[in-house]
Formats: sequence, C-alpha cells, structure tokens
Amino acid sequence: MDPIVSFQGVTKRYGYLSVLKELDLDVAPNEKVAIIGPSGSGKSTLLRVLMTLEQIQEGIIYVDGQPLTHMERNGALVPADERYQRSVRGKIGMVFQNFNLFPHMTALQNCMEAPMNVLGLSRQDAQARASELLEMVGLADKMQSRPNRLSGGQQQRVAIARALAMRPKVMLFDEVTSALDPELVGEVLNVIRKLGDEHNLTMLMVTHQMGFAREFADRVCFFYEGRIAEQGPPNEFFTDPKNERTRAFLSAVLEAH
Amino acid sequence: MTIRLAFLIALMGFTGGLMVASFAGFREFIPGLLMGAWVTVQITVLAAILAVVAAMAAGLAKLSRIRVLRWIANIYVEIFRGTSALVQLFWLYFVLPHFGISLSAMTVAVVGLGLNVGAYGAEVVRGSIQAVAKGQYEAATALNMSRSLTMRRIIIPQAVAAMLPPWGNLFIELLKATALVSLITITDLTFRAYQLNQVTLRTVEIFTLVLVVYLALSLVITIGMRALERRVGADFGTGRVL
Amino acid sequence: MLFDWSFALEILPILAQAAVITIEATLIGFVLALLLGLALALARMSRNPFISFPAAGFIEFIRSTPLLIQIFFLYFVFPKFGIVLPALVAGILALGLHYSTYCAEVYRAGLENVPRGQWEAATALNLAPMATFRDIILPQAIPPIIPALANYLVALFKETPLLSAIAVLELMQTAKIIGSDTFRYLEPITLVGLFFLVMSLVSAALIRQGEAWLRRRRS
Repeated sequence: MDPIVSFQGVTKRYGYLSVLKELDLDVAPNEKVAIIGPSGSGKSTLLRVLMTLEQIQEGIIYVDGQPLTHMERNGALVPADERYQRSVRGKIGMVFQNFNLFPHMTALQNCMEAPMNVLGLSRQDAQARASELLEMVGLADKMQSRPNRLSGGQQQRVAIARALAMRPKVMLFDEVTSALDPELVGEVLNVIRKLGDEHNLTMLMVTHQMGFAREFADRVCFFYEGRIAEQGPPNEFFTDPKNERTRAFLSAVLEAH
Repeated sequence: MTIRLAFLIALMGFTGGLMVASFAGFREFIPGLLMGAWVTVQITVLAAILAVVAAMAAGLAKLSRIRVLRWIANIYVEIFRGTSALVQLFWLYFVLPHFGISLSAMTVAVVGLGLNVGAYGAEVVRGSIQAVAKGQYEAATALNMSRSLTMRRIIIPQAVAAMLPPWGNLFIELLKATALVSLITITDLTFRAYQLNQVTLRTVEIFTLVLVVYLALSLVITIGMRALERRVGADFGTGRVL
Repeated sequence: MLFDWSFALEILPILAQAAVITIEATLIGFVLALLLGLALALARMSRNPFISFPAAGFIEFIRSTPLLIQIFFLYFVFPKFGIVLPALVAGILALGLHYSTYCAEVYRAGLENVPRGQWEAATALNLAPMATFRDIILPQAIPPIIPALANYLVALFKETPLLSAIAVLELMQTAKIIGSDTFRYLEPITLVGLFFLVMSLVSAALIRQGEAWLRRRRS
C-alpha cells in the first residue's frame, strides 16, 4: 500500500545545528507510530515540519501522494507557497503538549471555529459535529466552559476533539501528556486508545509513555541526533533492542520508573 | 484599585461641596462651563474613535510582511510621537491653509488629537499582538486557518483584552490634551475658564471648579474602562457563559 | 505655496534663541519634577495615612487634569496674593509640578523593587534609617528607573509649547509671532516641529542605548 506520509531525505537546520538529518520515513495508512528518544533528538521537530510549523531545508515530504513542502510548476518541483500548502495540510491534525486552546472561546466554540470558517460548515453542522466529538472525549457537560475552567486533562481532550473536527487523515500527538499531572494522564490516553479502535486514523505520536507506546503502537521509532537509530514492532523493539543507544535509553527510562 | 477610586470620589465630593458652600453667586458661570464641557466631551469621543482606528491600522501595519506598510506606519508614529501635540494642532490649523486645505477648528482638533493619540496607541496595539502566545498561532496553523482568519478570530480578540488598560491611560491623556484646542479658538471647557477668569478675575474658584470637572470626566473614563475590562475578562472564563 | 528656504534661514537665529528658552524651561522644570517627585513618592509610601492619603489624592488629581489649566492657574493665581511671577517662572513651576506626579509613580516602583532584605540587613548593621535610605536603598532604586524618568524628560520637553499660552517667548510662541507678523506660518511652525522631532528621535536613541547599558551592567 502507498504510504500516507513519506519523508524523503528531509534535513532541518537551525543555523548550523541540524535537527533532522536526511531523514527517510514512510508511514502506512492507519498505522500508529510511536516516536521516542532523548530530548533534542529531533522527534518533536519531525511532527512540527509535517504540520508546516517549521520549514525544511532539504528533501521533500509527501502527504497522501501529494508533495507538502513543494508544488509542481512547469513540470518541476518548487517550494510550496502558502495557498498550496494549506490545500495539503488540511489532511493533518495536531495536538500539542500545552493544549493551545483558544482562551476566549468555550470548548464548543474551540471545536466549531475552524470547521465553520475553514471548511465552510454551517453553524448547525459544525455544532453537531463538535458536540458529537466532545461527547466522545467525555466532555458533554463541559461544552460551555472556557479553557481556564477546565483541568489539564479536560483541556487536552478538548484539543483532541478540536483537531478531529477537521476530519484529518493523519493525527500528530506531540508529547500530549507531558504537561499533565500524573493522575490526569490516563483519561487522555484512554481517549487516544478509543480513537485508534473506532476511527481509521494514521497516528504519529511523540511520547515518553513507554507502556502506552508498547501496547498501542504498530511501530516504534527511536530517534537519536536527528536520525532514526532503530525502529520495529513494539514487542521486538522493547524486548530485544539491537542498537546500543536504544538499550541505553530504554534502561535509563525504565530505571526512572 | 478600589481605594484609588474611593479617593477620587472623596476628593471630588469634598472640593465640590467646598465650592458650592463658599462661593455663592457661582451659579451664573455654570451654563457657560457646561457648554464648554460638552464641547470637550465631543472632541474627546470623536478623537478617541479616530485614535483607535489609526492605532489599529498603524499597529497592524507595523507587523505587516509588506515593507512599504511598515515604513508608512513607522513614519506616522515617529512624526506624531516625536513632535508635540500643540505643534501638530498649530501646523494643521495655521500651515495647512498654505497648501489650500482649510479645515475647521473642530476638524483640526479631532484629527490632530486623534492622530496624536493614535500614534501612541499603535505601539500599544503592536505590543499586545506580539504578546499573544506563539502556541496560538501554531494551533491555528494546525487547524489550517489562513493568516487573516488567524489574526481576526484568534489573535486580535486576545490582544484586545490585553490592550484595554493601556488604552484607559491613553484616553485620559487625550482628555487632558483636549485643553489645547482652546488655543485654536475652540470654546471648550478650558477656553470658557480662561474667558471667565478674564471677566470675573475669580481665578481660584473658576480654575478649581474646572479642574474638578476634568477630574470627574477622567473618572468617568476610568470607571468605564474598568467595566469594559471586567466584561472582556469574563470572556476568558471568569464566569460568564455566552 | 512652497517652503521658502531663504525665509527659513532668515528666521533661524530668532528661533534658535527661543529654543534656548525651551531647553531652559525643560531642564529646570525637570529638576523640579525630580525633587518634588521623590518627596511625593516618599509621602505616598508613608505608613501614616494622614500623609499617604493626601499624597495619593494629590498625585491622582494632578495626573488626571490638563497641564494647560494648571499653567493658567499658577500664572493667574499668584498675583492675587501679591506675588507677581514672570510667565516663564509660573510655566516652569507648572511643568515641574505636573511631571513630579509622574516621576513619583516611577520612584515608587523603583523603591518597591528594592528587596526588603536590604532594609533588614542595614538595620542589622545598625545604620540609621536616613543613612540606610540615602546610602543603601536609593543607589539601588534609581539606576533601573533612569530610562523611565528619561522618557518623562522627553514628554515634559514636548509639552513646553504649552507655555506659549501665557506668552512665554519659547519656540512655539516665537513661531506664532513670526507667523502673524509675516503671514507666513509654514516655515516657522514646520521648523519648530522638525526641532522637536529631531530632539525626540535623538533622545529616544540615547534612552535605548542607556537601557542596553543598564542591562549589560546588571548581568
């Protein structure tokens, strides 16, 4: 099957510092990929360049067969302009570590804003879609609350519903439980589990929750210094890591728990 | 804050009471002063509207990706902040006719003061927009919003809430600056006071009374802005539900 | 009607003389504002409510009312008590008084930013309160607020044209007189505007440099 996301020789630099180095990565439709690695290894950057929050310097990213970072002009690929990029990036949704909800809008309005003003849904349709999703994440009673009246876990669930309301094909989760108090992590992971069971979604998640990655992901990628140092199915990956660095990282993480 | 307000009210009551008690025969001045106050209020309100519009336009232009817009905004802000308000009024009133543009004194007052305060407001607008968290832009991008939609629906509403307190101060500065229009023949509150002083020579009473009227007007601005801040603050989850 | 350069050149010396008055008024007025402002700030921060309340009320009152009326008030009120002040003196007093209330708030912020521990340490060393304030607290409170005070110096400078309302022969008044004598307002008023613009831009640049210097010194 053709990959839905494909990184081909992608390099991302900040000044002289390369955060992604000639990265190749294919993700199949409906695949759940967990991305782990030490901080500064480029794992969050991978999601950020895919969401077009950052520009890449070399290589091409394809989404659903279409180039995302480039567009075709007179038979050649040139860097994409904003308008073209918007036409492709609609297939991607993202959830952030710090939720980034819109503080001046209620939970419901957060989920209706983009469907109405980007997709052009009517108010009724947008509201129906938003309330359905908020119900799914277990927040039927919080629709009229503004973000600062919600707990971190509740805010993150609103953020997930908000991203889903755009009907993306690919969802990016960037350390979505890292800013949460420990007792709130479970409710967010449960929502992600439910999503995996009930929806046809490709998911890329940067996470520090090794247990969740092992149980939920189809594949685990270990990032080290801007490259994928090792990847494989979770059972293999966690029980028999081949790479020296993977072993060091895993034992350090497991020791901490 | 409430202490500050209470202070003002107490001070006003005290001075007002003193006036009424001590200076009988003061009543005859009241109608003239009231008419002057009405002119002051009109100029303040009209200039405030122009100031907000000019500040929004210039503040956004300063953040624009288009260099020409940034330039124009910078020149506007530097000229109006760098020269004095009275010089601007005189320039519009005495010099502009040399170029064949004769504006009424009232127009000069509103345009001059509005653009002057707008130049200071432009910095407030720019600062509040830049103070909105970066994550808000990222969330908007992740929802595939266009730049203009992001500004209109996400960034500016949050920036507006942050810019209300500094605008309150600017409006008070504007009210104070309206006194200058008396120097281009407008019969505002200050002009009336000056005139009455020439006629009656009761300097202390007249100017004290007029100062109290200005104080009362700025109190109205302060209280109004507080109320507005509370309302907008409610939009960020402190109680009110749409 | 175009800008007449020879006319502008001709009036330049007269305006330059007037600029001296403007700068004089600015500097003396600001020194007054600095001194009176410190006194007001201390009164405002006093623990005795009979001192702090009136000080707060006074600051609020002066800040909320127009400088122009305060100028008129001082100019016209002194003769009532038999004191005839030259217009320039009355104007400088009003400028100093008005801006002292702004300076007072700046001083207060600066003083409140000095950690309480500094007072306690000085007490522990058995320093007298006066000496503590002069030698320990003020030297720490003042440097960080210099840029804010300098901004008010520029603001005060830009308000000096108001003195023209009581016929002080500063820049604006001189420009107006030239205008009414020659029926040419374009050159004098434009030159005055340019003078203020250049001075403001230069001082803004200086203040920015000063801020950068302060930041470097602190780190």
